[in-house]
Amino acid sequence: MILYFLALVLFVMGLYCLVAKKNIIKKIIGIVITEYSINLFLVLVGWRKGGIAPILLKGMQKSEIVEKGVDPLPQALVLTSIVIGLGVLALMVSICLRLYEKYKTFDMSEINRLRG
Amino acid sequence: MEIFLLVLTIFMIVGSIVAIEAKNLLSSVISVGIVGFSLGIVFLMLGAPDIAITQVVVEILILVILIRATITTDNTAIEKHKDTFPVVVSLIFFGLFLIFAYFAVQELPQFGDPLPREAAAHYLDNGPEETGAMNIVTAVLLDYRAYDTMGEATVLFASIVGAFVILRRRGRKHRKDEDTEKVGILEDEDIKKNFEGF
Repeated sequence: MILYFLALVLFVMGLYCLVAKKNIIKKIIGIVITEYSINLFLVLVGWRKGGIAPILLKGMQKSEIVEKGVDPLPQALVLTSIVIGLGVLALMVSICLRLYEKYKTFDMSEINRLRG
Repeated sequence: MEIFLLVLTIFMIVGSIVAIEAKNLLSSVISVGIVGFSLGIVFLMLGAPDIAITQVVVEILILVILIRATITTDNTAIEKHKDTFPVVVSLIFFGLFLIFAYFAVQELPQFGDPLPREAAAHYLDNGPEETGAMNIVTAVLLDYRAYDTMGEATVLFASIVGAFVILRRRGRKHRKDEDTEKVGILEDEDIKKNFEGF
């Protein structure tokens, strides 16, 4: 119960970093922390007490994994989400580097001037 | 077990506080590394070795990318004109969010005792026979929900192509001098030269 709440605290902190900070790299860090907290929350929901990884090892009965295995579905979807997060981060950082080349700063409030 | 998870989660929260409030961008990036690697350990303890491996690899890549972004640039995050208004408003709203989250979390099923899950039961029961994969996560990823993985690969491809296009030095191919000479209204000689064959 408290673990769910702590994951949500992490979510709120990432969101705060995304909204209130002016530096673009800080904003990216906020997005990354938010992503981590959501992944953590989904995996926490799938866990069960005394759970084992849903892998059928040598000499293991199938009933054992059916009884004690944790939920494989959130794990598979979180796996997808982690990799997509990496791609999105690469795109964001490349846009930031371009902005830095043009404006020589990462500060949001100085980037708002337009140039032809 | 739960105590250990609790300690690691609090460690992650402390790391993210440092990452958010540090004045130097490089130290804030390193603190993101703290959060990510502890998250890897938490995944390992929650019975998800596949995600733990992926998390560690992706975390290393994220650190490399972010350090590349900060190390050659001006890496101080001192804000010149401080606005207190967005900070105060976001703190109020996120405090409200946390209060509601606290009551919403009470309604969730107890930690470690989830509701009966039809899909997961089917995957765990019939996964090895239906797909031939001993790892059920792999069975879900590459057989039951293979279209999802294909979409993931597509998104990854699109984002990497986008990053490549954005970071490319030159927008279009360098034109040779011969190409640019003949642009515009043609002279009589050029017309003759061009239409000699006819």
